Amino acid sequence: MEALMKNKLTKKTRTHKNLQDRLFDLSVYGIAIVMIVMIVYPLWFIIIASFSDPADVANGNVWFWPKEWNLAGYIELLKQEMIWRSYLNTIIYTLVGTLIALAVNIPAGYALSRKDLFGRKWISIFYIVPMFVGGGLVPTYLVIKNFGLLDTFWVMVLPFAVSCFNIIIARTFFKTSLPETLWEAAQIDGCGTIRFFFTMVLPLSKAVLAVIGLWTAVDIWNSWFNAMIYLTNENLQPLQLVLRRILIANESLLGFSSGSLASELRSLSEMMKYAAIVVSTLPIMCLYPFLQKYFNQGIMIGSIKE
Amino acid sequence: MESVYSYFKMYALSYNQEYQIKGGRELYQQLIEGVAAVYNKALTKGFTHNHVILNERKMTKIMKQVKKSGPLYLLLIPSIILLICFSYLPMYGLVIAFKDYSPSLGILESQWVGFKHFIQYFNSYQFDITIKNTLAISLYSILVGFPLPIALAILCNQIRVGTFKKVFQVTTYLPHFISTMVMCGMILLFLSPSTGLVANVLGLIGIDMPNLLSNASLFSSVYVWSDVWQHVGWDSIIYLAALSAINPTYYEAATVDGASKLQKIIHIDLPLLLPTAMILLILRAGSLLNVGFEKVLLLQNQLNLTGSEVISTYVYKIGLQNFQYSLSTAIGLFNTVVNIIILLLVNWMSKKLTNTSLI
Repeated sequence: MEALMKNKLTKKTRTHKNLQDRLFDLSVYGIAIVMIVMIVYPLWFIIIASFSDPADVANGNVWFWPKEWNLAGYIELLKQEMIWRSYLNTIIYTLVGTLIALAVNIPAGYALSRKDLFGRKWISIFYIVPMFVGGGLVPTYLVIKNFGLLDTFWVMVLPFAVSCFNIIIARTFFKTSLPETLWEAAQIDGCGTIRFFFTMVLPLSKAVLAVIGLWTAVDIWNSWFNAMIYLTNENLQPLQLVLRRILIANESLLGFSSGSLASELRSLSEMMKYAAIVVSTLPIMCLYPFLQKYFNQGIMIGSIKE
Repeated sequence: MESVYSYFKMYALSYNQEYQIKGGRELYQQLIEGVAAVYNKALTKGFTHNHVILNERKMTKIMKQVKKSGPLYLLLIPSIILLICFSYLPMYGLVIAFKDYSPSLGILESQWVGFKHFIQYFNSYQFDITIKNTLAISLYSILVGFPLPIALAILCNQIRVGTFKKVFQVTTYLPHFISTMVMCGMILLFLSPSTGLVANVLGLIGIDMPNLLSNASLFSSVYVWSDVWQHVGWDSIIYLAALSAINPTYYEAATVDGASKLQKIIHIDLPLLLPTAMILLILRAGSLLNVGFEKVLLLQNQLNLTGSEVISTYVYKIGLQNFQYSLSTAIGLFNTVVNIIILLLVNWMSKKLTNTSLI
């Protein structure tokens, strides 16, 4: 009898526990769904607002689906020669800048990963110090000015190509995933360091190349501050600076020559804002789910401890 | 600027190796021995023949090693040149903080003035404003932005349905890739008091929308919470990695003992996340005076300026808009020094309290 009671009791506490766990699960999924909605809805709203009538957007008539299908924002935006030119500039900066960054950082990461690099500690310190101490805005500006890089293509891709952090990531990757015996075997076969690097190391390190390449590319695509202080030539401006004029400075790119009313112009430039966000962000957003694997991989590479 | 922080974060987990490199210590010892040998030679004129040979042997050994590493140095050269030009040369340029720099005279010829520019900044009315705003925004971000990614990682770890988990992760990471520029554009559009999305939503329940961006005291909230929206998912990745590394036998043992899911989180997940969290907190504290500069600059307007002027935006305005090069450099240097001091302090405290430290 007593045993039976005890059994019942434990069963009761167990179902109590189960109930608690079930409530817990319910709240976990509830919170998760709320979060997804909070993140996705603003993004979705930008897209539908860019296709809707600006008056409806302003009055709060657009909620889940475009109202009064309207492409005027896109048409006006894409009429601007400035958008095309800056878009092209950004693409070129991103491609060239990423290539330079890879060409500079990956070899350094490899060299630092080799145990037989003489004076490795001092060289490592040389790479770590700039992560914590910098010259600051004005001294850097003065240096770039003295090199004659102001208002040139190169200022966007060369001076900040070295990323000490990416070098450390690459070094960690080479240390952990390239077996030392490989280098020893290559040495016996009479292969030198440089040749080994190009014929063996690079083909074996596609993962780290992808990760560092992607991070760098996203950084360059999104950067604007350097362009703002180092470039004055409009023909060299990247997309983000043109976005700044549209989105932040609230500058209407439409001339007054169109002869329309001021209110019409204002609502048109509101539409252009939404369209500009979509046009500039969509490429990365569409690519991202496919590349996510690599981004995550990078973080794992960075966090591997020996 | 934001990416610098996330960079540091990643770096936090690989820092350990930095201080374990043994080659350097050997080099150091060799150098010491070499110096000692030279001293010996100079002091005791009657040195033995043997001594010289030993010394020479050591020197040729070093030369040999340098020669052997030659191709590796070749791989390092491009990055070293760029670092010297664009990181170390600007560091030399910091001396203009102690000079009255004028472009016509150059760095070397300009007059030394000691701490004049620092004192000028400390005495200016902008000093209080910038320090106060920088600290307020920074502490607010830490208070909100530090625990939330941990909570999110634990939440995500509790989701058992594979596809849902994946969808959850992909969507929470998504905003991270929006550029600062577009993010600020979105904030301006959504928070517009008359036509913005938030105003319309609040209008449904009959609340009037205040103009958040023209109110100096609300600026930090706008800044911090929009940052949470954008980065909380991404910031949680590192904790998710730490969670996935937890040995499953802990959970099995807890289940046998009859622990509920909540109890498992409190007694297993949280204590095991503590070391990671501590390191990230130290790094975050180390950039206490570095507020996400780009975003502040973009969201700033004349109306919220008293709540949004931070040290870095002030450095920019003084330096590149007013051309007071020396003053701007001095303020920037002050910022860096304070950051390093705080980093060392927090590191020391953390070492005492939790035995986790960076250095």
